Amino acid sequence: MATVKTYDPELLRAERRKRENIRRLKGLGLHALLITILGVMLYPVIWMVLSALRPETEIFGDMGFIPTNWTLENFVRGWQLYGDLTFTQFYVNSFIICALAIIGNLLACSMAAYAFARLEFRGKWWLFAIMLGTMMLPIHVQLIPQYIFFLNIGWVNTILPLVVPKFLAHDAFFIFLMVQFMRSLPNELEQAAIVDGASYWQRYWRIILPLSMPALATTAVFTFINTYNDFFSQLIYLTDTDRMTVPVALRLFLDPSGGSSSFGGLFAMVLVSIGPVLGFFLASQRLLTKGIATQGFK
Amino acid sequence: MSSIDAANDPVLTASETAKSVREIPRNRTGSALKKADNRAAYMFLLPWFAGIILITALPMLVSLYLSFTNYAVIGLPSFVGFDNYVRLFTSDRRFITSIWVTLKYVGFSVPLVLLFSLTIAVALNRGLRGLAIYRSLFYVPSLIGASVGIGLLWKEVFGERGVVNDILALFGVAGRGWINNPTFALPSVIALNVWTFGASMVIFLAALRQIPESYYEAASIDGANAWQRFRRITLPLITPVIFFNTVLLLINSFQSFTQAFVVSNGRGGPVDSTLLYSLYLYQQAFQQLQMGYASAMAWILLIAIGLATALMFWSSRYWVFYGDR
Repeated sequence: MATVKTYDPELLRAERRKRENIRRLKGLGLHALLITILGVMLYPVIWMVLSALRPETEIFGDMGFIPTNWTLENFVRGWQLYGDLTFTQFYVNSFIICALAIIGNLLACSMAAYAFARLEFRGKWWLFAIMLGTMMLPIHVQLIPQYIFFLNIGWVNTILPLVVPKFLAHDAFFIFLMVQFMRSLPNELEQAAIVDGASYWQRYWRIILPLSMPALATTAVFTFINTYNDFFSQLIYLTDTDRMTVPVALRLFLDPSGGSSSFGGLFAMVLVSIGPVLGFFLASQRLLTKGIATQGFK
Repeated sequence: MSSIDAANDPVLTASETAKSVREIPRNRTGSALKKADNRAAYMFLLPWFAGIILITALPMLVSLYLSFTNYAVIGLPSFVGFDNYVRLFTSDRRFITSIWVTLKYVGFSVPLVLLFSLTIAVALNRGLRGLAIYRSLFYVPSLIGASVGIGLLWKEVFGERGVVNDILALFGVAGRGWINNPTFALPSVIALNVWTFGASMVIFLAALRQIPESYYEAASIDGANAWQRFRRITLPLITPVIFFNTVLLLINSFQSFTQAFVVSNGRGGPVDSTLLYSLYLYQQAFQQLQMGYASAMAWILLIAIGLATALMFWSSRYWVFYGDR
């Protein structure tokens, strides 16, 4: 079995130490490489952060990378760019839409996912195929009639076109995500519940949903990010200035007639606008990574 | 209780049907259970059914009809047959341009994103310390990359006085305004898309971590080196995830809109170099109010995405490995 060489404990130890050192060196090299890549990737963002914190006149000058005169004036100016209408209103608008979208997606998508993942029914294969198919549908083929329809029933310039579809499980991707997750849950628990006389609703609400927490968290976080970042539909549906959301308001910075050419204000508001996304992500990170990486329960 | 009342209440229906299942002792197999599941399942799917019909199928049908009409929101649509389609392909040069721009955009973005995300995921999956931090940091661009804010930032970063030129200056390369340059505007937008490879990377990482360590140990004992372990174990086992990521990326990239819009201030310029398909569609529908014409464009996009996806599914038979299924 073993060769003569491995019988010598000294040699064996030396060999192991050598291998350990090589491994550590490789690890260090990898760290250095990854940090360099990250540095290049995140440099623009860091530049923006520092630009937002320096006086307007120093942003594009040769003033050094680190600001010498720190200031918050850009934030104040950017926040009030539209006079009476401040970003406070835009944030409230954005958050209301996001909150409703999250509730809608969690409820409607998990219900559909439960049926697809855990129940047997006629036409399941076809319906599932249709569901997957809708995931690939570009929004454009529905957009124009939807717009005309919403225009005719007076929903344009309200949040309804942005929120109601979520309560009808329109985001098939999240159904799919939850189906994949629920499928991986073991049968035993639900079978035990059937034996104990639990209804379908109880099986869904009391067993499958709690076990699917990671998938639900993932859905909530991504719904928030997608809705908060969503520009296309908000651009189309929210045209009154007091209904505008953060991305639609930011867009006005592009307008040469309407906005100041304030780069400081722009950077400050861009920075503030990505804040909620980063915050939401960090706060839910543990749940999120669990949701993607584990099978449901330990 | 009448069956109609019960049908309106998914909870009740579900419990009723469950009861009927329980009342069939031992005879669990066969049609009784299936029938019970049927009703409950349809109840659970009710919101989705409503959505499919009201906000997907119906609008799609209307859209298909509109694509054969001339319709400017005001007034009634007038039927013009295949006119819109013919006009698009024969006399609309901007349309043809938008197709090329989109193909270039998709053709460069998707492979680059896959390459970056898989490489970094594999690098991170080697028992590295600080994995969670790395993963989060690489993921940050994906969180914010689709936002208007980052589009605005990108415009400045690739602008004449932007960061890119600052870095190039360090190497003595004279910069230029990348985003205002017809040659470099689209690559700048592609770079922004590739910048967000973290989302795919996270999915790859999750898949990589589910590969049992014992596979690698067994392979090591058999004398497989790192490349062989990657090629013979990792790669086959994550082909379903590569497939999944590719399909997602394809569908998303075909529809990209925001960044081209922001970077070009909604115009698709300079000289239509960032005129992505969605952007042109938006211009036709909501700036020119050519709803019929834009509907025709939407259907062409649908068919293109359908073909690309079908191609992926067809090809998956030859390269996607579904272990035990």
